[in-house]
Amino acid sequence: MPRINSFAELEKLREEIKTKRDPNKPCISVSSGTCGRASGSESVYEGLQSQLEAQALKGEIDLKRTGCLGFCERAPLVMIYPEETYYTKVKPEDAAEIVQSVKEKKIIERLLYSDPVTGEKIVRESDIPFYKNQQRIVSGPNRWIDPKNIGDYLYIGGYSALSKVLSQMTPDQVLGEIKKADLRGRGGGGFPAGRKWEETKNALGEPKYVIVNCDEGDPGAYMDRSLMEGNPHSVIEGLVIGAYAIGSHEGFVYVRQEYPLAVENLNVALEQAEEYGFLGENILGSGFNFHVKVHRGAGSFVSGESSALMTAIEGKAGEPRMKYVHMSQRGYKEKPSCLNNVETWAAVPFIINKGSDWFNSIGTEGSKGTKIFSLVGKVNNTGLVEVPMGMTLRQIIYDIGGGIPKGRKFKGVQTGGPSGGIISERYLDTPIDFDELTKIGSMMGSGGMIVMDEDTCMVDMARYFINFCCEESCGKCIPCREGLRVLSGILTDICEGEGKEEELQTLERIAEVMKDASLCALGATAANPVLTTLRYFRDEYEAHIKDKRCPAKVCKNLITYYIDPEKCQACMICLRNCPTGAIQGGKNLVHWIEQEKCIKCGICYQVCPERFDAVEKLSGEPVPAPVPGREVVRKKE
Amino acid sequence: MEKLISLEIDGKEVKAREGMTVLEAAKEAGIEIPTLCYHEKLEPYGACRICSVEVERGGRTQVVASCGYPVEEGMKIKTRSERIDQIRKTIIELIAPSLSDGGVVGKVRELADEYGADTSVFMSTFKATPTRCILCGQCVRYCSEVVAANAIGFVGRGVERRVVFLPERASRFCPTCRECYEVCPTGKIAAETDGSIFPEFSIDDFLSGKM
Repeated sequence: MPRINSFAELEKLREEIKTKRDPNKPCISVSSGTCGRASGSESVYEGLQSQLEAQALKGEIDLKRTGCLGFCERAPLVMIYPEETYYTKVKPEDAAEIVQSVKEKKIIERLLYSDPVTGEKIVRESDIPFYKNQQRIVSGPNRWIDPKNIGDYLYIGGYSALSKVLSQMTPDQVLGEIKKADLRGRGGGGFPAGRKWEETKNALGEPKYVIVNCDEGDPGAYMDRSLMEGNPHSVIEGLVIGAYAIGSHEGFVYVRQEYPLAVENLNVALEQAEEYGFLGENILGSGFNFHVKVHRGAGSFVSGESSALMTAIEGKAGEPRMKYVHMSQRGYKEKPSCLNNVETWAAVPFIINKGSDWFNSIGTEGSKGTKIFSLVGKVNNTGLVEVPMGMTLRQIIYDIGGGIPKGRKFKGVQTGGPSGGIISERYLDTPIDFDELTKIGSMMGSGGMIVMDEDTCMVDMARYFINFCCEESCGKCIPCREGLRVLSGILTDICEGEGKEEELQTLERIAEVMKDASLCALGATAANPVLTTLRYFRDEYEAHIKDKRCPAKVCKNLITYYIDPEKCQACMICLRNCPTGAIQGGKNLVHWIEQEKCIKCGICYQVCPERFDAVEKLSGEPVPAPVPGREVVRKKE
Repeated sequence: MEKLISLEIDGKEVKAREGMTVLEAAKEAGIEIPTLCYHEKLEPYGACRICSVEVERGGRTQVVASCGYPVEEGMKIKTRSERIDQIRKTIIELIAPSLSDGGVVGKVRELADEYGADTSVFMSTFKATPTRCILCGQCVRYCSEVVAANAIGFVGRGVERRVVFLPERASRFCPTCRECYEVCPTGKIAAETDGSIFPEFSIDDFLSGKM
C-alpha cells in the first residue's frame, strides 16, 4: 500500500474498501480480547476456521477476530453479521453447527443469551439488557474491527477526524473544540484535557511531547487494555490530533508489559498507520510531521502517575517527582509534555467528527460524555460497560450488571481502584460523575468498579487495598511508605482480633497526614479505602475490635467452623477432605471438628453438600461443645 | 538582573529571587524550616516531607514541600500551624521505628522533642527489622550528583525500598571516597562499614540484600 498523500486520496481509498466489501456477506466474528482468549476464544476461532475449510465455505463466509465485546462473563462470544446474532459461551465443538447455521441462515437457540429472569432467548446483541442500557461510543467500534486490519477502521470512517483536522481546522480551532467539549481526563484525576493541551501548547520550550498513558494497573480494571487491544487506531488518531493542536511532533505510548496483546496490536497499528501516511512525515500531504515511540512499562503501578511515567520513559526508575511545576510546563526531559490516558485520547476523534455540542449533550453538568467502567466482583454480568456520565450506581449494578449473584445482599461498591473508596448502599442512587464520587469520599479513578456482597469483610477489604499500595508505592516519601506500613499493621491487628479502639483514630490521623503531605497522588489517595470504610462501615471495625467478631465471617482469627449435629448426615466428605485430620466422627456418626487441629482453611465448608448445609461459620458467639460418638439422625428424603 | 519577588512568610515580608524555593527564601530571611532529606548541594528531592508548609494563594490553602516549591509573587506561607505541626509530629513518629535499633538520636530526636512526637507509638505495628536508614536518599544523590560515582542506589519498592551499594561501581570508587559517611544523617553508613578499607563487593551480596 503506497502512502496516502492527500485528503482526497484517503476518501478514494475508503470508497474502494467500501465497494469491495459486500455488507450482506455473512461474517463470523470472535471476540478475541485477552479476556476472551482466557476463556478459550482462540480454540473457538481455530475450530471455526477448520470448519469453514471442511465445509468449503471459506469464500462465502468471512471469519475474523475482533477486540473485546465487553460481556466478559459470557465469553467466548461470537457474533454473526449482518444479522448481529449473538452467541455466548461458545465452545470449539460448536464450530461445525455455527458454520452450518450461518450457511443456512438459521439461529442456534441453545447458544443464545437467555434472560435469567424471564428465560426468554435473545437473538441480537443490542436487545440484551447488559447492552441495551449502555451507550457504547468509544468502546462500540470494537465489535466491527479486526485490530490488525487498518482497513476495518477505515471502513467505519477511521482517520476521517484526522483528515478533517488537518484539512479544515487550525490547531487553535481543534483546541477550542476540545475545550468546548469539556473533555475531562479519563485516567483518574478528571483534569480538563483541553486545559492541559492549552498549557502544553503555550508553555515555553521545544520540542513538546504528547504521551498516551496505558499503564492501567488498578485491581480489576481493564478498560484501557480493551481499547488498546481492540481499537488501537482510535487512540493513535486521537494522539495525532492532539499533537497537531499542541504543536508536538513526537509522542510516546507508555503501555504495560503485562498487556502483551495490547503491545502487539498497538505495534501492528503503528506500523500500518505509518505505512498509510497517518504517521510520520507530511501526514496526508498536510506538511504536518509526527512520530510515535512505544515504551513498555516494567510492571510498576506507580509508573502510571504522570511524573513517574515520564521519568520512566527517560530511562530511569519510575518514581514520581515534585510537580509544583506542571508536566505541561516541564515534563519529559524537562520539556512541555501532555499526558492523557487511553480512553481520553480515544474520545478525541469522536468529538472532532460529531462536534463538541454532541459531546456536551451526553453526561452531567460537570462531566460530559460517556465513561467505560469495568464492572467486576459480586455481580452477575461482569464485563466492561460504557455509560453516559450521570447514570446511577444502582442502574449500572442492577440494570446492566443484573444484580448480585445467588440472591446475596449488596454491601458496597469500590470505585476508583486503590485510590478510590468503598461506597455503601445508601449512595446507590448517586449519579456517577467526577464530582459526585469525590463528594462521597471515593473517586472516578480510571473506572474500576468492584461490587461486594454481604460475604465481604470491609476491614479485610481495606487491608487488601492498603497492602496493594504497600507493594506498589515507590517508597520514596515517608508519609506514603511508612504511613502505609502502619495502616497495614493496624488493619492486620484488627482483622486478627488484636485491634484496639483508639487505633481507629490513629488510622484517621495517619490517613489525613498522607493526604496532606505525600509526594504524589498515590500516597495522597492511598488511604481512601480506609477512610471510606471507616465512614460507611464503622460498625464492622467496632465489631472486630469490641466483640472480636467478623460480621462477614471472613477474618480467620475471628471465626470458628462448626458442624451442626442436627444437619450432619455423616457423609464422610468433609472428614476425608480435611487436610489436618481435625474432623472426627465416622460412618453413621455425626462429624465434629477438633478445634485445636483446625487451621480454618474452609475446605469442609466448601465440600459439605448443599442439601445438607451442615458446616457453619461462627463468629463472636460461643461454639457448642461437640458430642463425640453421636449417631446420625437421618434426614427424610 | 534577576527578578525580585515579594512574599510573606509567617507574617514577615520577604524578598526572594525568581527561581528560588520557599525553603531557600525562608533560610535567607532567617526563618527556619526543618529538613531531613534536603542538602544544599543537591537537587530538591521532596521525600521526607518534614519541610511541609502551608501556602495560601487566591484564598486556597495548600500543604506543599518547601524544598521544591518555587516562590511566587504575593504568596503567603505559614511554616508553623496546627496542621503543619501535626504533619511533622506524625512523620517523626512514622520514621522512628526504622531508627529504633540505634536509638532515635540526633536531628530526629531534636525534632521529636520540638513537635512532641512519641517515637515509640508505632513500634508495635512496624513488623520489620529496623534498618537505621530513613531513605532520605542523600547518599544516593550525593554520590550521583556531586561525586558522579553512581555507586549507591535504591532497590525495591514500597516498604521494601532500601539503599544498596552497586558492586561494580562501589568497589571502584568507594575505597578512596567515603564522602557519604558525612552526608548520611543517621550515621548508618559510617557505622556499618569498617572505616579502614571498604569491603569487597560481590554481586551475591548485592542480590542477597546483605548490602
